Amino acid sequence: MTDWLGPEEWRAVALSLKVSFWATLLSLPLGLWVAYLLARREFPGKQIVNGLVHLPLILPPVVTGYLLLTTFGTQGPIGGFLESFGVVFAFRWTGAALAAAVMAFPLMVRAIRLSIEAVDPKLEQAAGTLGASRVWVFLTITLPLILPGIIAGAILAFAKAMGEFGATITFVSNIPGQTQTVPSAIYAFLQVPGGEASAWRLVIVSVVVAMSALLLSEWLARRAAAKVGGI
Amino acid sequence: MTLSVAFAHDFDGFDVDVAFEAPAGITVLFGRSGAGKSTIVDAVAGLLRPREGRIASQDWVLFDSAEGQWTPPHKRRLGYIFQDARLFPHLSVRQNLAYGQWFAPKSAPREDMDRIVEMLGIGHLLRRRPAALSGGEKQRVAIGRALLAGPKLILADEPLAALDEQRKAEILPYFERMRDEVSVPILYVSHAAAEVARIATTIVALDGGRVTRQGPAADVLSDPAVTPLGVRSAGAMVEARVKEHHNDGLSTLEAEGASLLLPRVSQAPGTPLRVWIEAQDVMLATERPQGISALNILEVTVRELRLGAGPGAMVQLSFGNALILARVTRRSAQALALAPGRQVFAVLKAVSVARDAIGELPRKPV
Repeated sequence: MTDWLGPEEWRAVALSLKVSFWATLLSLPLGLWVAYLLARREFPGKQIVNGLVHLPLILPPVVTGYLLLTTFGTQGPIGGFLESFGVVFAFRWTGAALAAAVMAFPLMVRAIRLSIEAVDPKLEQAAGTLGASRVWVFLTITLPLILPGIIAGAILAFAKAMGEFGATITFVSNIPGQTQTVPSAIYAFLQVPGGEASAWRLVIVSVVVAMSALLLSEWLARRAAAKVGGI
Repeated sequence: MTLSVAFAHDFDGFDVDVAFEAPAGITVLFGRSGAGKSTIVDAVAGLLRPREGRIASQDWVLFDSAEGQWTPPHKRRLGYIFQDARLFPHLSVRQNLAYGQWFAPKSAPREDMDRIVEMLGIGHLLRRRPAALSGGEKQRVAIGRALLAGPKLILADEPLAALDEQRKAEILPYFERMRDEVSVPILYVSHAAAEVARIATTIVALDGGRVTRQGPAADVLSDPAVTPLGVRSAGAMVEARVKEHHNDGLSTLEAEGASLLLPRVSQAPGTPLRVWIEAQDVMLATERPQGISALNILEVTVRELRLGAGPGAMVQLSFGNALILARVTRRSAQALALAPGRQVFAVLKAVSVARDAIGELPRKPV
């Protein structure tokens, strides 16, 4: 595969996989927590939290990217603070991962939230009467039952992260080997004469990754559902 | 152990104010829907926090508003049997059964899994998942799961309501065994009279959020003033002993010196049983009827006559120490000059007593 792809293209693919992997993995616990809050708890400001989570889905990606730049850039309030601990997002792959995570977050939360809502609260109540505390109820009842939803949400988020373009390029620009993900690379190749062949190879990679992710999530979800359903 | 329940709680346009005791055996909360049965169960389970009151058994306090005490549901050590079994779909039957044991404190009395599995006849199901069980099997597993949690109290909220007649008949004997073999109090919600008559040790009759009567099952049921479900499903419970079986599908039972011919029961001669006789199945006559198809004619004494607001009257009758109820019209009561002390004949068709209205007598608590 390294032979088929040029070094620059390969760098873009490897970077995209790395960015998406970390974006998905690190946002999963937060996504699970937010999905649980939205599905099972009533608290003041719930609609605002719900709106904030979904905002990246509706806003133009370039706006999300710009907002990330102003808050997480080295001059931004959070970015400046984190920089003193050596954590830098601006124009680094970590920034690309952050942008991808933010953009993919609504999809992940939505999938998990739907699966939590599908769990009958009466089962959780029954576990409670049998002596399980809230944490144990979640770990032994809710979590196993929503596993298909978590898997589906994670894979969906991964695929979304692989394809993220607008927010990423606005936030961390398009630096080969540093922040040039597959979509950014395709865009860059299309800007130079004779870049079509490279662009096409990356298009194929994108289609294959997206398709595999979808099939994999379907398969895993069905397997998990069958296990839960006792078939 | 006896659980004392006394609390008050207000809902929109409905308030509950109850006080009763649940000794060992099955205490049935009996009443129509909306009487407050589920509120009581929820309060005992900790799913509802009443406005004020105390729910406790000696120094084991679940709720005490005066002391500001409140035990959260998962620390109450209950075995809650729900109407819809609520088995965990991702766990096998064995894992479902063991779930409560996992969380029970080390000091809790350990029920033996094999004994419970044997008692409920679910040994062949242990490796299956709940999705592969029938409704009756699911409910048996749910009973086992509750018992194995080592509970200090068992709650059953209409555990048979979702089952058809055949499944009910399949499960009822397990509750009878539970009543006799488990030492903790069992709170059982029901609005089915025959079911109550079969399993109850104590009855708490409820209406409109208040306790209208409480006491031993036979006393409460045979009281003509207490008809928690309305007069149409009133009835009384008679203790009887199997005398002999006949080959035409009938059995003779003996109650207070009188013989009752009823549809054949499976128990061996000598077994003490309780029989639920519905008030509207009992006919009265001033002279011994002749040439009548009904097989049971009992000489009885009118104890009490209670005229209803409508056309009906409830008559309490006694033979020996047994009490039964008969529902007749006010017109008939007048025509027969029914009054306390009068000797009459009660007529009961054998076939009007359903097979599942006959159950085993609770063993006397030790």
